[in-house]
Amino acid sequence: MAAATQDSAIRTGRVTRTLIYLVLILFALFYMLPLYVMMVNSVKPLSEITGGGMMSLPDVWTIEPWKKAWSTAQIGVEPTGLRPYFWNSISMVVPAVAISTVLGALNGYVLTKWRFRYDTILFGLMLFACFIPFQIVLIPMAAVLGFLGLAGSTAGLVLVHVVYGIGFSTLYFRNYYAVFPTELVRAAQIDGAGFFQIFWRILLPSSGPIAVVCIIWQFTNIWNDFLFGASFASGNGAPMTVALNNLVQSSTGVKEYNVHFAGAILAALPTLLVYIVAGRYFVRGLMAGSVKG
Amino acid sequence: MGFLDIDNATKSYGSVEVLHKVDISVEEGEFLVLVGPSGCGKSTLLNMIAGLEDITSGQISIKGAPMNGVHPSKRNIAMVFQSYALYPNMTVGKNITFGLEMHGVPKTERDAAMAKVADMLQIGQLLDRKPGQLSGGQRQRVAMGRALVRDPDVFLFDEPLSNLDAKLRVDMRTEIKKLHQRLGTTIVYVTHDQIEAMTLSTRIAVMNGGYVQQLGTPKEIYDTPANLFVATFMGSPSMNLIDVAIRADGNAVYADTTDDQGRKVSLAFPAPGAALRSFDGKTVKLGIRPEALTDVDGADQRSSHVEQIENTVTVTEPAGSDTFVTTTIGGAECVGRMRSDADVAAGRAATFAINMEKAVAFDPQTEDRIA
Amino acid sequence: MSDRTQADFQTRLQNWLPKLVLSPSLAMIFVFVYGFILFTVYISFTDSRILPFVGNGGKPAYDLIGFSNYDKLFSLSHWEISITNMAIFAGLYIGICSLVGLMLAIFLDQKIRGEGLLRPLYLYPMALSFIVTGTAWKWFLDPAIGLENIVQTWGWTSFTFDWIKNRDFAIYTVVLAAVWQSSGFVMAMFLAGLRGIDNEILKAAQMDGASNWNLYRRIIIPQLRPAFLSAFVILAHLAIKTFDLVIAMTGGGPGRATELPATFMYSYTFSRNQMGIGASSAVIMLMTIAAIMIPYLYAELKEKK
Repeated sequence: MAAATQDSAIRTGRVTRTLIYLVLILFALFYMLPLYVMMVNSVKPLSEITGGGMMSLPDVWTIEPWKKAWSTAQIGVEPTGLRPYFWNSISMVVPAVAISTVLGALNGYVLTKWRFRYDTILFGLMLFACFIPFQIVLIPMAAVLGFLGLAGSTAGLVLVHVVYGIGFSTLYFRNYYAVFPTELVRAAQIDGAGFFQIFWRILLPSSGPIAVVCIIWQFTNIWNDFLFGASFASGNGAPMTVALNNLVQSSTGVKEYNVHFAGAILAALPTLLVYIVAGRYFVRGLMAGSVKG
Repeated sequence: MGFLDIDNATKSYGSVEVLHKVDISVEEGEFLVLVGPSGCGKSTLLNMIAGLEDITSGQISIKGAPMNGVHPSKRNIAMVFQSYALYPNMTVGKNITFGLEMHGVPKTERDAAMAKVADMLQIGQLLDRKPGQLSGGQRQRVAMGRALVRDPDVFLFDEPLSNLDAKLRVDMRTEIKKLHQRLGTTIVYVTHDQIEAMTLSTRIAVMNGGYVQQLGTPKEIYDTPANLFVATFMGSPSMNLIDVAIRADGNAVYADTTDDQGRKVSLAFPAPGAALRSFDGKTVKLGIRPEALTDVDGADQRSSHVEQIENTVTVTEPAGSDTFVTTTIGGAECVGRMRSDADVAAGRAATFAINMEKAVAFDPQTEDRIA
Repeated sequence: MSDRTQADFQTRLQNWLPKLVLSPSLAMIFVFVYGFILFTVYISFTDSRILPFVGNGGKPAYDLIGFSNYDKLFSLSHWEISITNMAIFAGLYIGICSLVGLMLAIFLDQKIRGEGLLRPLYLYPMALSFIVTGTAWKWFLDPAIGLENIVQTWGWTSFTFDWIKNRDFAIYTVVLAAVWQSSGFVMAMFLAGLRGIDNEILKAAQMDGASNWNLYRRIIIPQLRPAFLSAFVILAHLAIKTFDLVIAMTGGGPGRATELPATFMYSYTFSRNQMGIGASSAVIMLMTIAAIMIPYLYAELKEKK
């Protein structure tokens, strides 16, 4: 079902087409608006913003707000800038994405190629876990993390994100492996390959696209998470999103909007880059959760 | 005890029994074909021999050793799959030697075995390609190469030709037959194509509804089908079935029916047995193969019982080598197979020669063959 | 003989490996999701106020109090506001996202030049954190420096747009930001649905003399039913989970004007030390989502079998 299937059937007049283009461009501007506001105001002095020039290009270009947001802005009680929190997020995201993806791949493999009784029900339970409002687990999770001595730590957040990420990663790999020919697995069994050999030598080499989808999805979700970060790691171990919120919401001193915008872009940059580089895969991941794979 | 013994093998999924007490003993070097419509259990049985499906009850043994619970790779079998199941990420060479590698065979031996097989199947020039770059026929050869290289006790084929186009299928069929004649290995072959079954096999098991309907040589299956199912499933066009009344008259036994003008027709059975005689006065189904319903000149000259009837031709279908002629006997539409130069035309009368030596009769209640 | 038993052991191991590999994930899901859900339900029947649950001397620091938390929850005006806001927010969010998404998808499906450029522009907000976009919208809508101020400096000095600071309208600014974030995604879902429709059906309808309007109304849009259902389910569950966006844009204010169940639960649990009530509100949220998701997932998985 490739693109350009319907135009042969549907014809539109010149006026209609002009209107359609107009609407599409207006919406494009609407979607670009916040990004434009953030960009343009992160490189101008504060006085230009408060003076009513939020929509105009800077009179004086400056990267001071970026520097300040990155290394000297007041986050909570310390003037550390967002830098340490950026690294917090990195060291949380990398292991969490890696672990949840590996587990998801193995789960998807088992659930499609080694089916057993009630496997669909078990998968349904895993899938439902993706959609619960996480408020329902906040209290016991806080208690357990406290009990394990992981409260406020990156390790604790990794655990949380792995647990609540495997539902989706399993979904991706399951849907992908479901259409992977089972005869290949049988042939490999007859050839004498074991459970892990089949996975490693037969399935994994063909799993590139879905692995990319899964990694991008998990990366975006975990990087952008705020609820878990705010609940379990609000101090020095906080991730980027929590630190940004602290920066923006701090009630002391002058509101440095330009620094806020610079900080917001810093927090958005990794996921935005991923989107620009591999947007196609991101969209595929987005759709897999909703439309039949 | 045979080479491959299937002893009362039964398969159930939950409470549903899909294969009922299958009993087949295969000798070494035999080419057994499992044939039947889809869902008859033939693939399930093959997978049970391969070890890809559990045996619910009964036993399957190879060379006298029971295989229940033994891992597929430890049964010394090889399998060619319908989709060929070539590993897409490996080259042809890797595909062929993967099984040997998994069994810990050293590289030099693997390469030697691969070279031998590649030579035998003439795929030497393909060894460095990926399966995606091969044509259907080439993939088929590689899949066979992968099976051959293992030098297994039993070869299993799961509808290996069904993904090929018509011409290639005939070529590969011959190829497989040659290979079997050359290597003399034991083969179990699943297909739904009755022509493949007839041409390839030394013995056929016709299956339906999870039961083996008949086990026998191609000739036995074709000439003396055990029941109506086997009779109609094997052979193309299918066997003609006419309701006839059995009439015993002294030593002779006749099948009474009518032609398309309503005139009475009596067909004598050549050597009626007691079983047939016991149906005196009852209706049975008379089975006549299309080649036993032909033009007078085309009839089997050695047959002692050829009956002739005049009937109107309703449709003719020239097929080049033969002409298929449709007519109505005893209210049933029948297809006869005539020589291509037989003088027949739709709407005209023609003389049909019925070879009663090849005719069979079935009990309409039990559907089993009487004679 | 020993060779035989070893082979059997290996075969048995191979039979168990799949379940063994799946079990850590299952264990995690059962403990951290379903165990925790039960635990939260249990907490919601107690008068717990703060962590830890164990007081001095190892005794539980709480008593079971039955449904009192739920009684209390539904008598709180704070909760009532959250629920009302939820209804407004979810209704507008789902409705507007679907309409905008459908419109953009249909428009983009008219062999638009530059579709490859427009589509990613519509979709990129989905890749951003709500905290980031909340910050952007917060300051853009702020009357002191944002839209109101901009329009005034452009010369329309009487222009006012202070919805984000206005108790009666603040929730609509949250709707605006949420629609901005998700409508591109809905567009993508509908576009995929449109591209999946058999072109021959459309040609047949044109032969029958259907106008473009009728083609869409009678033939195409009815065939998008699965996409509508998916969009509804996804948007509904996102709406109920909305938390970050409110925190970043309004912090629930002004006053309590933009509180949602998610923010209510968070503040009762972690700021107000009313953990029992927080837990009971979480249970209500879960039940709402379950009512939407379970039938949907059930149907999806059953079909796939």
